[in-house]
Amino acid sequence: MAHQVESERLVSVFAYPMPYEWSIGLYGSKFFQEIKQNRRFVGIRCNGCGKVYVPPRRVCGPCFQELAELVALSDTGVITAFSVVNYPFIDPNTGARRPIPYTYGYIKLDGADNIFSHIINETDLSKIKVGMKVRAIFKDTAEMQGNIQDIKYFDIVA
Amino acid sequence: MDNAAIVGVAQTKYERRKKDQILADLVFDVTRAALDDAGLAIGDIDSVVTVSNDFFDGRTISGMAVGDAAGGEDKNISTVSGDGAFGAFYGLMRVLSGYKATIVVAHYKGSEGSVPITTNGMFDPIFHRHLGIDAISAAALQADAYMARFGIREEDVAQVSVKNHGNAKNNPYAQLPMDITVADVMKSRKIAEPLKLLDCCPISDGAAAIIIANEEIAARTKKKPVWVKGVAHCCEEYFLGDRRLSDPVALQDAARRAYAMAGITDPMAEIDVAEVLEPFSYMEPLWLEGLGFCKPGEGAHLIEKGITTMGGRLPVNPSGGALSANPILVAGLARLIEATLQVRGEAGDRQVKNAATALAHGFNGPCGQSHCVWIMGGKK
Repeated sequence: MAHQVESERLVSVFAYPMPYEWSIGLYGSKFFQEIKQNRRFVGIRCNGCGKVYVPPRRVCGPCFQELAELVALSDTGVITAFSVVNYPFIDPNTGARRPIPYTYGYIKLDGADNIFSHIINETDLSKIKVGMKVRAIFKDTAEMQGNIQDIKYFDIVA
Repeated sequence: MDNAAIVGVAQTKYERRKKDQILADLVFDVTRAALDDAGLAIGDIDSVVTVSNDFFDGRTISGMAVGDAAGGEDKNISTVSGDGAFGAFYGLMRVLSGYKATIVVAHYKGSEGSVPITTNGMFDPIFHRHLGIDAISAAALQADAYMARFGIREEDVAQVSVKNHGNAKNNPYAQLPMDITVADVMKSRKIAEPLKLLDCCPISDGAAAIIIANEEIAARTKKKPVWVKGVAHCCEEYFLGDRRLSDPVALQDAARRAYAMAGITDPMAEIDVAEVLEPFSYMEPLWLEGLGFCKPGEGAHLIEKGITTMGGRLPVNPSGGALSANPILVAGLARLIEATLQVRGEAGDRQVKNAATALAHGFNGPCGQSHCVWIMGGKK
């Protein structure tokens, strides 16, 4: 075939998922255990800058310092940003498709200095605004699995 | 080249499963330990290189997830997605381009992903991946090509496994210190002909960090700086079939240039200890050939004659090498750390006497597609 030939361009398809098993670590584990045992959040305070992080982690980036002081947080917070999402989302853990629309929220939990993210149970744009107060709704304890979906969503309370 | 030195090093112990720690924990631990080793504070560091791989970590732009833990806040941070010896090379380039001190930190948890899937993922998705080739089966092809070409017996390369697992008994960081014999290797489970279980590295979790600094910083560190005397890397073709697997030409080229930079003309006479990346036993003699310590096909004679054992003229992998712990990506940086400890005289029970000049080697890609060679010395 010395001359140029026209032909269909093919593709190689891979559809098998790549599995992972990530460690959650000490403070991540405590975060989920606190939800299951006491239905509340726990954060961690930096003794350098005083900032309270949620979820808790070992290091404060700006201070490059080990964190160790766990602090209990409320189950309430304030919406700092949100988006009503209108395209489908496939849960990478279960493969299940989340019904659309759904609302992804940036929530400042009372007592924390950074922003926590989760789902807000409101998709009607006339009923949701930045600055509104929200409360976490947890799964029944018996159904909790020690992951982020032990929190069902946040409900707007005011 | 301006002078640059490794002034701080740290490793975790390497283990099969570090279940209690997330990647950022491992990175935070070795970053702080390397700073302590150097007697430097995070404020002395002005550049960060992480060694992170997205497939391995299961995370897109994986370097970003460990930035805080690597002390990257407010700093220039970027990532090498390959072996740590190449991460260190990038760190060195940054110091030579004007940064004062770069921390290079590598992490890997083989326990969190699927090693067959992630190493199959190295290969071409159109022509090769479907066939099942991964790091082990590719190595088996290279072992067969090498051993068939030179008439090397399985017992010959088994000696490398015996030596390195034995050396690992002197290394507190090693995962698999073992007293084994050639017979043990020979009767271990067949993995992929001619490789048996004890010819193959384990799956490992771990992290390591180094600090590379310019002369100004190196003048005030706690430990004796270990200077970069020569370094080079070189790459060859991607498809295994485009290469002659028994002839590591990229390694030969990298070694030639690293030796020229270091002023080395007779490596066997001038290098006191070598740490080479050998996740499979046959790789050690093959790489020693590529490094010019002997002629092609004669690598296995070096161990037979006792030259590469602890008491020999050129101890190779006093740490136990990658056969005794193979946190991928971290493993090449570990070789450089071990070479640094040897030159410092701080290698503990695995110390080679009067190690003034040490060689460290890492590679990327199946069967050593690209190699990086470091020559480290105690004098500027």
